Amino acid sequence: MADPNKVDPIHQFAITDVFSTGDGGFAFTNSALFMVLTVGLIIIYMLGSTASRSVVPSRAQVVSELLYDFVANMVRGAAGSEGMKFFPFVFSLFMFVLVANMFGMVPFFFTVTSHIIITFALAMLVFVVVIGYGIYRNGFKFFKLFVPAGVPAYVLPIVVPIEIVSFISRPISHSVRLFANVLAGHITVKVFAGFIMSLGSLGVLGFLGASLPLLMTIAITALEFLVAALQAYVFAVLTAMYINDAIHPSH
Amino acid sequence: MEAEAAKFIGAGIAAIGMAGAAMGVGNIFGSFLSGALRNPSAAQSQFGNLIFGFAVTEALGIFSFLIALLLLFAV
Repeated sequence: MADPNKVDPIHQFAITDVFSTGDGGFAFTNSALFMVLTVGLIIIYMLGSTASRSVVPSRAQVVSELLYDFVANMVRGAAGSEGMKFFPFVFSLFMFVLVANMFGMVPFFFTVTSHIIITFALAMLVFVVVIGYGIYRNGFKFFKLFVPAGVPAYVLPIVVPIEIVSFISRPISHSVRLFANVLAGHITVKVFAGFIMSLGSLGVLGFLGASLPLLMTIAITALEFLVAALQAYVFAVLTAMYINDAIHPSH
Repeated sequence: MEAEAAKFIGAGIAAIGMAGAAMGVGNIFGSFLSGALRNPSAAQSQFGNLIFGFAVTEALGIFSFLIALLLLFAV
């Protein structure tokens, strides 16, 4: 950060205080600000678009109904009709991640999901809900999850530890997938934007050369919109699949 | 060797891991296409599985990219 002409692709993820009460006290950061904005936008939009429901829906109502149907079908497909109990949970997670990712695509906006602590908190929430509901619903039978049916007894000493480790590493892979996709995408855009600057400073020929990374930046930005929506979908699908494990533990 | 140089070499080596993810993702979409062209009516119902397999495979490439980034910027 010492040299202002040097491109710093990491700088966009810096956490700064919007206001704070002094050293070590309460601090309202830009991360918290954008989380509040994300949740606020979701609440205002979903309540506003469904406030005056009609048989012939308005455009805003169509969008919220599409989102509802999309997530409802996904949860029903992955976790069965009993999993629909968890539909509000999965829908909230999906909307939060989707809107946070989309906010991140706006220039100069902070990307909430580019920090692992946020995504890890979400993934741990899912993990705790799965374990809690699995034991509440199935009791001791929940641990059948680690003993796949139909596996010969002499393979079990190998299979059971693998199943346990893969279960415990779920919150890690669940959170790192979202965080790393968002982080990597935003850094890639910034790196190519840096190429434009360094080529453009070389004069007329540099201007011609700089049009190549400019095209690349546009293409990657489009790809990032796809990734932003896709990762929200993937996060929700995995949540639904983990909840399915809690409801039907015996594979 | 300078520690700084070792960092850059390590980041380069970590980036090789992405080749594996590239093969995996290519395999997933290639298999999906060849299956979908054989039976187009069943293709739509497998879209969720396609995206799920893509995400799980892609995550491994992202992990190695993350290691490279950590070496470059965080260590």
